[in-house]
Amino acid sequence: MSGDIWVLAEQWRGRISEITYEILALGRDLADEAGVRLEAVLVGSHVRGLADTLGTADSVLLIDHPLLAEPVTPTYADVLAPLLADRSPAAFLVPLTNISLGIGTLLAGELRLPAVNFCRDAHFVDRRLRATCVLYGGKIEAEVTPRGGATAILGIWPHARPPEKGHSKRLPGVEEIAASPDAAPAIRFRRYINPPAGDVDLTKQEALVAVGRGMRSKENLELAEALARGIGGAVCASRPVVDQHWLPLSRQVGKSGLTVKPKLYFALGISGAPEHVEGMRKSDCIIAVNTDPQAPIFNVANYGVVGDALELLPVLTRAVEGRKRAGGGAG
Amino acid sequence: MMKIAVLLKMAPDVVEELEIAASGKSLDFKSLRMAPNESDEHAVEEALLLKERFGAKVIVVALEAPEVDEALFGALANGADRAIKITGLRENLTTAEEADVFTRVVRGEIGAIPDLILTGVQAIDDLDGLIGPLIACELGLPFLGVVVGLSPCPDGAGMVALKECPGGVRAEFDVTPPAVLGIQAAERPPRYVPLAKLQAAAHTKKIELVPVPLPTDPVNPLIEVLRMRRRAPAARAEMLSGSVEEIAGRLCEVLAGQDLIEE
Ligand SMILES: Cc1cc2nc3c(=O)[nH]c(=O)nc-3n(C[C@H](O)[C@H](O)[C@H](O)COP(=O)(O)OP(=O)(O)OC[C@H]3O[C@@H](n4cnc5c(N)ncnc54)[C@H](O)[C@@H]3O)c2cc1C
Ligand SMILES: Nc1ncnc2c1ncn2[C@@H]1O[C@H](COP(=O)(O)O)[C@@H](O)[C@H]1O
Repeated sequence: MSGDIWVLAEQWRGRISEITYEILALGRDLADEAGVRLEAVLVGSHVRGLADTLGTADSVLLIDHPLLAEPVTPTYADVLAPLLADRSPAAFLVPLTNISLGIGTLLAGELRLPAVNFCRDAHFVDRRLRATCVLYGGKIEAEVTPRGGATAILGIWPHARPPEKGHSKRLPGVEEIAASPDAAPAIRFRRYINPPAGDVDLTKQEALVAVGRGMRSKENLELAEALARGIGGAVCASRPVVDQHWLPLSRQVGKSGLTVKPKLYFALGISGAPEHVEGMRKSDCIIAVNTDPQAPIFNVANYGVVGDALELLPVLTRAVEGRKRAGGGAG
Repeated sequence: MMKIAVLLKMAPDVVEELEIAASGKSLDFKSLRMAPNESDEHAVEEALLLKERFGAKVIVVALEAPEVDEALFGALANGADRAIKITGLRENLTTAEEADVFTRVVRGEIGAIPDLILTGVQAIDDLDGLIGPLIACELGLPFLGVVVGLSPCPDGAGMVALKECPGGVRAEFDVTPPAVLGIQAAERPPRYVPLAKLQAAAHTKKIELVPVPLPTDPVNPLIEVLRMRRRAPAARAEMLSGSVEEIAGRLCEVLAGQDLIEE
């Protein structure tokens, strides 16, 4: 048992994901608390150069192999398992992203290790690891501790720490780890398909009117379109709206969709699940309208309205139009 | 013919108010309204689509829970071949325990390992890990998650799985069955079951009950919940109240302050 803290340094298509730096910052805090080393584990093909950006870690464990060029979940888990079993760090922090999803639980299942999912923060309390987790679509927070002394696998949400805190100019030492991935695994990467260009580029909008399941039906989206026209913005959506085919994928904001930073983000009938929030939390100003006073979206909003979006929208759009006319008339 | 098992579980409906149990360590299950885990419904839909398009035998396996019969009859009404309900369970199982129960049913009741085991990609209560990878480990199968499409491989045996990546990018993977796949979204929204069709299924079809008793105490849980609480809302937001007109007026000022209303 080394007692060290490990972080899975996620890279995808030749770039380190931003969440890697966030988790390095969290890992650094944990390692410093416990007085142990922080190691970043980097898996891929021809990724040696990326290790130099991971200087927040004391060193980088590099598993570089042509068969690891793409993130095939079971293949990555297979090459990580023996390393983890051999060195037994205190904790292995794995990003909860589409790319890394499943790797942590596969390792935990394979090696019979405790897994704690949905972590937002972690500390040592009396030398025992304690994680703070966000569950139930963002509504509930749990304090959780792994039992026994085995390596804990922690699945970490985005934004556990600001990514800037995980950057360092220091060059970390790199230890290369030999691996022999299965040359004919049951799951094999084929190709990437880039998204078709959407009719609007959400990332370039000053104002976004975002609609969620609370809008109830596709017909009601016209109410949001009208407001978007009034304020010169575009309509975007949470995942269920896109899964229902009310809007195309190019309009989805969040983990699997786009990350947006408009001046104004108007969230209508969106609960504020962490997967949605990670795509819009950096907006300058967030207004949320939700019938549920407990909706987690109010945790990230600047202005909140507990109420029916369908009722508010036409009144607000009329008020906006009225104000425009009044302004136009005066000037 | 391809055999597909879909695992379905009920999860608390988070649109409702969630109450914490007196222990302070879990939700109060008596007060909860349960609904099928959203991505599990997509897993059922994806299995039914595969059956319609390419032929398959679809077995839906669910853990006993309030309202689960409706979900199972719905699946039968929509074309599932079998619906199995696992009974005799404690409430508040860990995900590892759920995976263990599912695995035993797949081994025992279904007999041979199905070609595909579909689960929802994740559930809002998967605190000790995701169920798909845990089942994959127990059965010694590979796992791929965030899947949004499945079809037979055009140039050989096996399946092609479409997986969601960040930013709207998708990746295609060849999958040689048997495999466990975590479905994020079916290619079509899960179909709605009209009440009449549901009632007809409840009369003519049968849910198979399979008891899988667990010890009354959790099986050596690897993690311990020390405390659970509701997240305090409105930590940051300035809440606007008043009549709809008053609120609209206030919001107009906010929008004008952002130069979004060109006067
Ligand atoms: C791997 C993965 C990736 C994901 N990627 C994304 C992603 O990219 N983007 C994304 O958005 N989600 C994503 N999700 C899904 C995410 O977890 C949530 O399920 C989703 O964001 C919920 O959408 P919602 O808020 O519209 O719906 P719900 O959570 O159902 O919320 C609806 C809200 O509307 C409110 N409401 C109802 N009626 C009204 C009314 N009349 N007026 C006002 N409010 C009303 C309700 O109180 C509720 O809060 C992902 C999930 C996973 C597992
Ligand atoms: N409310 C809406 N706002 C903008 N575009 C929409 C809306 N509804 C549908 N569309 C467009 O219409 C296309 C067809 O929608 P659908 O028939 O639901 O798949 C989508 O791909 C969208 O580009």
